[in-house]
This record gives sequence, C-alpha cells and structure tokens, in this order.
Amino acid sequence: MEILVCVRRVPDTSENEIELNAAGNDIERDELVYSINEADNYAVEEALQIRDRVGGNVTVVTVGAEDDEEILRRQLAMGANQAVLLYDEAFIGCDGKGIATILKDFVQKGHYDLILTGVQADDGAAQVGGMLAAMLDYPFASLVNAITVEDGRLKVSREIEGGNREINDVDLPCVLSIQTGINEPRYVGMRGIRQVASVPIPTVGASDLGIDDDAVGEGAAKVKRTDYFVPAASRGAEMLHGSREENAEKVLELVGAKGGLK
Amino acid sequence: MTRIFAYIVHRGGVADDSAAELIAAAKKIDATASPTAILTGWGPDFDAACSSLRSSFGEIWKVANQSLAYPNAELVRQALVRVLPPDSILLVPHDHFGIDLAPGLSIKLNAAFVSDVLAIDAADGNSLNLVRQEFGGQVSAHVRCDISTGAVINIRPGAFKPEASATASGVVLDKSSAVSALSARRRYVETIVAESGDVDITKHSVLVSIGRGIQEKENVIIAEELAEALGAAVSCSRPVVDAKWMEKSRQVGSSGKTVRPKVYLACGISGAFQHLAGIKGNPFLIAINKNPKAPIFQIADVGIVDDVLEFLPELTNKVREARGVAAK
Amino acid sequence: MVGNYSPAQIAEWLVPGRNLFLTIHALGVACFIYIVAKRLVPLLRAESDPRFDQPLVRLQRVLKFWLGQWKHPRYRFAGTIHILIFAGFILLAARAFTTLIVGVSETFVMPGLSGRTGQIYDIVTDYAATVVFLCMVVAAVRRLVFRPARYAVPTKYGKGHTADAVFLLGLIAILMVADSLFAACRTAGHALQGQPAEALAFLSMPWVLRVAFGSLPLAALGTVNFTAYLVHEVTFYFLLCYRPFGIQFHVETSLFSVYFAKLERGTLKPVRWGVSGEHLDQVKSFGVKKFEDFTWKHMLDFYSCADCGRCADNCPANAAGRPLAPRFLTIKARDYAFTHYPVLGRPKESTPLIGKVYSEDEIWSCTTCGACEEECPLLVEYIDKIVDLRRGMIDDGNVPQSLQKPLKALESRGNPYGKLEKKKADWIKAADFHKDCEVKLLDGNNGAETVYFVDSITSYDDRMQSIGRSTARILDHIGENFGILGAIERDSGHEVRRFGEETLFMALRDHNTEAIKNAGVKRIVTADPHAYNALKHDYKDVPPVEHISQVIAREVKAGSIEFNRVENENNVYAYHDPCYLGRHNQVYDDPRAVLDAIPGLKRVEMTRSRDRSFCCGGGGLMLFYEPKEEQRMGVLRVRMAADSGANVIVTACPFCMVNMEDAIKVAGLEGKMSAIDLTELVDQQIARPVEGETLETEKLETATCGG
Repeated sequence: MEILVCVRRVPDTSENEIELNAAGNDIERDELVYSINEADNYAVEEALQIRDRVGGNVTVVTVGAEDDEEILRRQLAMGANQAVLLYDEAFIGCDGKGIATILKDFVQKGHYDLILTGVQADDGAAQVGGMLAAMLDYPFASLVNAITVEDGRLKVSREIEGGNREINDVDLPCVLSIQTGINEPRYVGMRGIRQVASVPIPTVGASDLGIDDDAVGEGAAKVKRTDYFVPAASRGAEMLHGSREENAEKVLELVGAKGGLK
Repeated sequence: MTRIFAYIVHRGGVADDSAAELIAAAKKIDATASPTAILTGWGPDFDAACSSLRSSFGEIWKVANQSLAYPNAELVRQALVRVLPPDSILLVPHDHFGIDLAPGLSIKLNAAFVSDVLAIDAADGNSLNLVRQEFGGQVSAHVRCDISTGAVINIRPGAFKPEASATASGVVLDKSSAVSALSARRRYVETIVAESGDVDITKHSVLVSIGRGIQEKENVIIAEELAEALGAAVSCSRPVVDAKWMEKSRQVGSSGKTVRPKVYLACGISGAFQHLAGIKGNPFLIAINKNPKAPIFQIADVGIVDDVLEFLPELTNKVREARGVAAK
Repeated sequence: MVGNYSPAQIAEWLVPGRNLFLTIHALGVACFIYIVAKRLVPLLRAESDPRFDQPLVRLQRVLKFWLGQWKHPRYRFAGTIHILIFAGFILLAARAFTTLIVGVSETFVMPGLSGRTGQIYDIVTDYAATVVFLCMVVAAVRRLVFRPARYAVPTKYGKGHTADAVFLLGLIAILMVADSLFAACRTAGHALQGQPAEALAFLSMPWVLRVAFGSLPLAALGTVNFTAYLVHEVTFYFLLCYRPFGIQFHVETSLFSVYFAKLERGTLKPVRWGVSGEHLDQVKSFGVKKFEDFTWKHMLDFYSCADCGRCADNCPANAAGRPLAPRFLTIKARDYAFTHYPVLGRPKESTPLIGKVYSEDEIWSCTTCGACEEECPLLVEYIDKIVDLRRGMIDDGNVPQSLQKPLKALESRGNPYGKLEKKKADWIKAADFHKDCEVKLLDGNNGAETVYFVDSITSYDDRMQSIGRSTARILDHIGENFGILGAIERDSGHEVRRFGEETLFMALRDHNTEAIKNAGVKRIVTADPHAYNALKHDYKDVPPVEHISQVIAREVKAGSIEFNRVENENNVYAYHDPCYLGRHNQVYDDPRAVLDAIPGLKRVEMTRSRDRSFCCGGGGLMLFYEPKEEQRMGVLRVRMAADSGANVIVTACPFCMVNMEDAIKVAGLEGKMSAIDLTELVDQQIARPVEGETLETEKLETATCGG
C-alpha cells in the first residue's frame, strides 16, 4: 500500500514556555524547540505499522522551508521510505486551504492509496486533512483511533463523545486524520537520525507541482491571523491566598454551601 | 447581509445545547440577523427535533433523507452542498462531528473556514474578526476571515453564552426534495459503547477530577481518599487515561464523558478546552493548580495556587474532621 | 593409598579391571573434552572482550575471591558450608587423581606426595572427604527441609531446582563414600594379610568404614574394594560430564569467571570493544539483541552461575516485586545457550532475546544499583549486560512511552524536564540565598579553581535546589574559589548512558567536557553521586572530581569546618548509602565521619548499610519510568530506617532524597520520619562566625520524637 503522511513541524509545547514577544504581536520564538506535531507522529507510526503488516511504502511530506527538513529526517530515521519537502517562496503565508491545495497537487502527481494527517496541530484548526480529502474527492474520516486493512477498504474507528467509538467502512483511496493514542510510537534517537543524515530529501516547488502562484500563499489566503495576545483575565477565578489550612477550610465551606456535602 | 445558518446537532428528538450557542454566535456576526437552523436526519425523532426549534429560530430548514438517519459527515456534506445558498455563513459546533464535516464542506462550498472559534467581533464589510486559541490554549489570536464567498465557522462549545432567545415563531421548511440519492465511499457500520466501569461519573453531583498534576499513578489514591470523605467520585482528564492511571470511563471531556455535577474540583488540571467541553450545567468549579497561569483559573469560580499532592490531603483531613471522622 | 605399600598386593584386586578402568578413563575424558568443546562454541561466535590485561592483578583477585572464597561468608551458614566443601575439593584433588590412575598404573604415586608427606596428606584428606560428605548431608537437609527462600523458583521461571541440587549433592556424597570405602577396604585387606597397613585418620569416614567392613573375609573385601573403585571412577566421570549441563559447571568455570572478571567499578563497557566513540557510526547494530551479541565473558558468566540466589536476594527490584531477578537473567540465558547450542546436534537458529527470553519490563526494571554484582561469589557481571540489552532495544526504537518524553527533552533542552536552559542557574537567584552567597557563573574562563557541577535535578527541582544552595554555602564557607556552569551545563548523561542511549550520552558528555575545559578549572565538585560517577568514569579528559562529602570530611578533619550542637538531641539519624557513592565508588566512611563530627548527633546503622545498602528506587531517568511493582523500593527503605530506630534519614544524593521523601508519605510515616541531605544538615550545623546579622539558613523539617 502506498501511504502518504502529511506532517508539520511545530514548537513543542511541553518543552517550551509559550509567551508573547516584547512587541506583543507574536509569540517569542527565540528559544523555541521544535519537533514534529504530536498527532502527526502517531500518524507516521500508524503508517509504518500498516506497511509492516501489508507491505508497501511510506512517504512523509511537509509544506515548509529548510528548517522543516529536520522533522522529515527524523521520520526517515523512524522508518519512512522517503521524504519530500514542498517549498516555494510562493507558498509563504498560506492559510489552511492553501496548504491543502499544495498537498493536493502533490498527491495528484503520485499515486497514494492512503493519506494520513494528524488530527490537529499547534493551531488546533484540525482542517487540512478534511480539506485535502474534499479537494481530491476522497472519502474522509477524522479522529481515527484504529485502522484495520481489508480488501480495497479500511475498517476505521473514530473517537466520538463519551469514549464511544464509531466504526466506519472506508473505500480506498482515502484521507484519515489520526488521533493521539492510536498506537505507541517507536523511539527515534540521535543515532537513528545520523544514519539517515545523507539520505536525499527532494524539494518540490510551485512549478514542479504546476501550481498557480495566485492560488496559494498570502495573497490567496482567506483566513489570516492578525496577532497573538493574552486576554485580560476578564472574569477569572476568585483566588484564595490564605495558608494551606485556611484554603482547605474555605473550600470545605464552599463545597458544603453548594450542596456538595451529603 | 449574508445569510447565516446554524447546523443543529440533535439526538433522541432533542436539539443539542449548542443550538443556543450558535444563535449567540450568529448575533455577534450580525446583531439584526436571525439565523436559520438547518438539520439533517430521518424519522420521527428528527421531526420532533425540528419542531422543538420553533421557539428559537425564525426559519428551520429540514433535510430528511433515509441515508441521513445516522449523521455520516460524508453524506451530510453532500446534502448541505445541495441545499445551502451560495455565499452563506454556516455555523457548526466544533465537536467530533463538526471536525469531521466542516473543513471538507468549506471546500465544496468554496467558502472560507475557521475552526474552533471562541469569540466573534461584528462583521465589517467582507471580513469577519474572530478570536481563536493556539498552542494548547496558551495564547489567543485575532483572526481575520474573508467572507465574500461565504464561510463555515466552527464554534467552540461553551464559548458563547446562550442568551434568552427572542421568541420566534419558527417555520419548518422541508428542503428534502433538493437531496435525492446520496452515496459515499464511507459507510457507517456501528457504534461501540465504552465500557462503563464500576463508577458512573455522570451520576455524581460532586467530582474530584485529577489531571497531570497528580504526577503518578500511586498518587491517585490521594484523590480517592478525598472523594471518599466527600461522598464524591474521582474523574480525570485525558492525559491521566493516556498514562493508564485511570480507566477511560473516568475521563471527562469531549472524547470522554459529559458530566453535570453541582461541584467540580479540578485538581492539577490545566484547563484544556477538550476537557472543559465535558463539563456542562455550569457547576461550581474549584481549581487547584501549581501553575498560576493555568488557563483553568480563567473559568473557575475559585482558584488556589498550590500543589495538589499537598493540598488534597489537607482538604481530606478537614472534611473528615468536619464529619467527625478522625483525621489520619 | 600413597603411603608405603607393596604394589604387588594392591594390584591384585584391581588388575582384573584394568582394561575396564582404562576404557572408562578414555570415554570419560573424551566425553568431557567433547562437551566442553561444544560449550565453547557460542563463545567463539561471541563479541570480543579484552580481559587479558593486568595478569598480576587478576591473579591476586583469583587468590582473594576464588581460593580465598572472599564473598562466601556474607551468608554465614551457607558460606561456611561452601568454604568447607571447596577446601575439601582442593585438598582432595591430588587424591582423586591418584586414585583414578592407580586403576591402570598400579605403582603410580603423585610426585611430591610419597613417603611421610604422602602419609600426612592421606590423613588430612581422610578428614577432608569426611567433612565434604557431612556437608553434603547438611546441604541436602537444608535444601529439602529448611528450604531457604532465595532458592525458590517462581512458577513463571519453570520448575524448581531442588531435585537437581539434591541429585548432585547425592552424587558427590557417593563419591566421598566410594573413595573412603576403597581406602578402608584396602587398609583392611593389608591388615588381614599381615602387611603394613596405611593409617586411617581417627574417626574419619574411611576409619569408620574400616570398622564396619574390616571383619569381612578377604575375598569379600576384594569385591567391595573393586566395586567401590568402580563406583568411584564412574561417579567421578559422570559428575565430570554432567557438570557442564547445569549449575555445577561453576566448578570448572569459576576459576575463569573470577580471573577474567571486570576490574573497575562504576564503569560501563563500550558499545563495541575496540571501536572508539567517533567510529561508532560504522557499527551496524547497537547492543545485545540476540544471544551472540553478548561477549564471550558474559557467556562464560551464564555458565558460571551457581544458582545460589544471593543476587536476587539483594536485588531491590526483586524485593519490590518488579519482574526482575538477576539470578534468572543468568539462568534463562544459560538455558538458551544449552538449547540453542546443544551438546548433541547442530546449533539452532538464533532467536531474539527480548520477548522470547526476557521481557522488556524485566530489563527496564533495573536501577543499576550493583547489589547483585557486589554479592555474587563468582563475580558474575550484570550491569553491562542490562545496559547492552537496553542499547539493543533503543536501537530498535523499542522504548517505553514514559521514557521517550524525557529522552526527547534531554536531546532538545539538555535536561529531562524540558525546562529552558537559561533557567538552569535560577536557583542561585533565590533572594535569601543570593545576598549571602554569590555564585560565579563560569561561561568562559572566569578564574575559578573549582567547578561545582550541579546537574539537572538539583538545578530545576524546587525541593532539590536547596541541596544546591547548601553545597554552595559550604564551598563558600571553606573559601573555595568555585563557580557553576549555569546555562551551558547539560545533564551529566549518567542515566542516559545506563538506559542504553549511548549516542545521546556522548553528545551530552562532549558538550559538558568542552564547557568544563573552557572554564579552565582544576577540579570538579558535585553533590550528586550520579554526576560524580559519570564524571569519574564515563567522562575522559576532565579534571579530577570529588563528591561534596569527601570535601567536607577533609575539611572537618583539617579543622576548617566546625559544627554546632544539634538542636534536638532526641533525633536518631541513619545514614543511607547512595548506590553511586557507596557501592560503586566505595565512599562509605567520609559521610559517616562528617555526621559523627556533629556534636550531640546520635547515629545508628541500618542493617543494610555500606555495600549492602538498599537502593532508594533509582535516579535520573528511572524517576520517569513507570514500573510494574508491588511496593516502592523507597518504601521498603524507609521502613528499614524506622526499624533501625532512626527518625531522620540522611542521604547524600538528590535522587535518594526524592525517593525517600516520597516514600515517607506513601508509607504513612509523615511526622514520624523525615529525610535530610548531608549538605543541608552540614549547612544547618556549621558554626559560622557571627558578624552582626546572623545568616538565615533555610528552615528544614526534622521530626521531633515525643512531641
């Protein structure tokens, strides 16, 4: 099975303190540590496990710039067969639809049975997978937490409310967005990355994809972020500032007052 | 002004709470506009749900089709594309269905898409100004959306306070004929219900809820002791389940259970939206967290900056004393 | 047998059997050589291991540990029994050899053992055989009736080993009896014929048997003598050939396992011997994934295990109920070798070790405390094997999710918590501390003599930062010209290495080495035994390193540190030896000397102390791992402290501190037990000159007993 995984390099929220910069219009990016978006990592692991079960090929792709090569290389070290960087000046400033457009043109240049993305990235938009599927006219399922390969189809489980699982039958080719926790991703260490240090990662640009510059990039974007900010604590909680004992007593009092003590 | 539609989720003949939230969101876009409800489904429950919206919406568009009996996003999308007028704005709740439906729908409608919106400023000309969060809720962002060819906007559940609806005398318009045979290459098979486990957290009026701040499995007992003293149950956020410290049946959140307690103690929980989405009914929320900047403090009623591993035993002692049980 | 006797007489009885005996010799020796050769096959396919250096040192250790049975008395009763048996075997060697030869060469006399010497030797060995026999009986009774716990075999590891053990004891007993009976009959025979009869040691087994059989007629005596001889020879060769099939192989291999044993403590074997760090990229596969990836010495270890169970008995992971018992790591590997390299037939195809022989949790459970290696009388090594198995798992990407996050954080931020580098030195900015003690930051050469290597937990953990501040104040007090590396210091990488992530370790090590060199310091001090061990053994080309306890002890001795009397003389203190300060680096006395120098401080020793200290639960990455266990190691340890009568545990390691304080809560001992670091205690008690304002040392909780 030919599997494509669309990945993204994001600031690692667990190893960074996300703060506004001095000008107050962006986050402080100086000392950020980046890594692959967590959900994308699960997606790659899932792709590798499917490939190891039924045979095939796993390609990882990202829309980005030179800095993003590092995560592609990491996924190669993890076991992906090839990696591609989609880069062009024209791509800068894309919104979600722009990214999906670029990916769509890339997909159409090749042949993929299964396309995976992570369910959402650091901006929490959870949009590229669904958009890509619609552009390609492929069936789509989001929040996927289990995949079984059948003949020309997949049995896919989606995470819905209450911890329940919605089981669907999906025809190939299709696009799925993968939820965290679907598997246990394997470890990739520095040694693994060194071993793939010289594997070439081709860069593909707008002309290679036959993309019209007008269709992507900042000019084409309909959704733009104008700034970052931290909201003034409008309501916020009433903070208790006593000693631990005093606070505990107050909480006990409040719980009782609200009908919480039977 | 562009027409505003609200996609209504319904179950068992009743419309979801999000309906009222979508009305509030629509009012933010255009205070004078009256959004149109749009629903898809099949059967008597569906009819009942449509009717129940009469008092809150001026117009209700009903799209009935047998293949839509179960809300399969692939089929719903096709139906909506045939029914919605061009350049409309469609509001959808940002839940597991909205995530499934909306992005692809926006492409088919050639409309803009904005996900997980918390706040809306009024439309100005062809633009809409919205507020979203990024980086796990650590920062907010102002977003500008071009709505000249319409938009699909996913609204974060609970972000918009439902207002007392102006009494409308809603008219149900049956748009089912616009939709004939629907087929998709994704077919719904079944729903597997999560095992309930021995404790049903949805039935408790007081919940001691733990998050990452509990730090390790061995510390869960600290919460259990407090719960026992209070006559409450222990629930948790997703990371606790992922780490296998508690069963899935204890998880509160958009992918876990929805609870409606009277009192909710959020212990070592940062306040990620997915978790808060599982808390309904506006309980009295007490948050304890070591991090004074934790987002939970913005929505809690009372907040304490402390280490839960230290605070909870203290609270347990107080509760026991109050109940006349010897403090350990 | 080797005394004065006429060859003609003794020969009569055995002569008829000469061909038989010769055949048995030939078969027995041939079998043995064949079996040993087959046993050596996997060692020829194993990885290399340079153990041929320092022959004199190695010989000394053979004298101490093999001949001197140095470790055996650690279990008094069993140790004594074994020493007796071992001494007996050594003494009886010449006698056994002679007996065997006599059957085919009647006049054979062992060179050097003729005449008077021979007679004395005979007497001595009469007693030796008797003692060995009695030891067999005692050992069998012990195994069958008293059943010491450490011999038990949990069901998951298969059936018990008692039957086999008793079988072997029985065979050795038979050997002794046969030998004694042979000697007794021969003497009785000589006496009956009026010839000079060899003296038998009074009340020895031969002597007793002679009394029992001596009244038989000559012909019967001859038959018994012949039979006893045959039984002796057959049993001897049976044992010789049977031993390589089980734990008794240690009789032959122990000399080698001791000779070739590792000479240094606290070090780790490289990924591949003979391949330096820079060339590791050429190595296709890291670590041990299949049996043949072990070195020949490790395979020899598997053969050499005597199944005594002392390692598992002292293993804290085993005591906590984790799925690890060192003994079975060895026995299972040995069984793998026996199955895959059978004596009869061709070697079988290699299968992966993880999943088939060992479980992943089994290998991740080890805290590398070294108690097993300390205890093993055969000097079997464990830590290198565990690390090699971990290297293999890491190489395959098989890492528990709970460890992946801290490893990733170590790679990107240089510490397992994912905290920002620039905040590493924030602990020195604490208000109260900063005004009394300014700590230099050594980024580039700032003219300091000493660098205080703080390491990750002490730098970032709110509680452990107090150890950092106390250490800094102590260094300040003794006038040390020191600084810290601050933001440029990365984790020492000690646990990273022991968890098998060699590449990440080398990156951390190289970075730190350069930072230390650039600081131009002449020595390193640390309060963290893991950092201490790393800097001492894992790092090359860095200045000499000391643990703070060594520094304090020296200054106390020199008189530059004096202590105030303890405030509460009712407190009883127990010092807990951290594994990487105590066992691995043998620093036991300095911390104790420091404590004993504090006036009014009452100190007790826990039953398990010094090299028998019980691991707190482990440090570094072990704090992130979620083991399957029944009890926490720390809980077991604080209960040991309570049992010793102490109400304060003094540690000299931040990880011990984390585990102790945690355990005190979990064990429900809050208010009855507290923990304090040596540096905190010293900082608290140092008699400082009062200059106007008294220094506010950090308030530390120490429990008071009796209110």
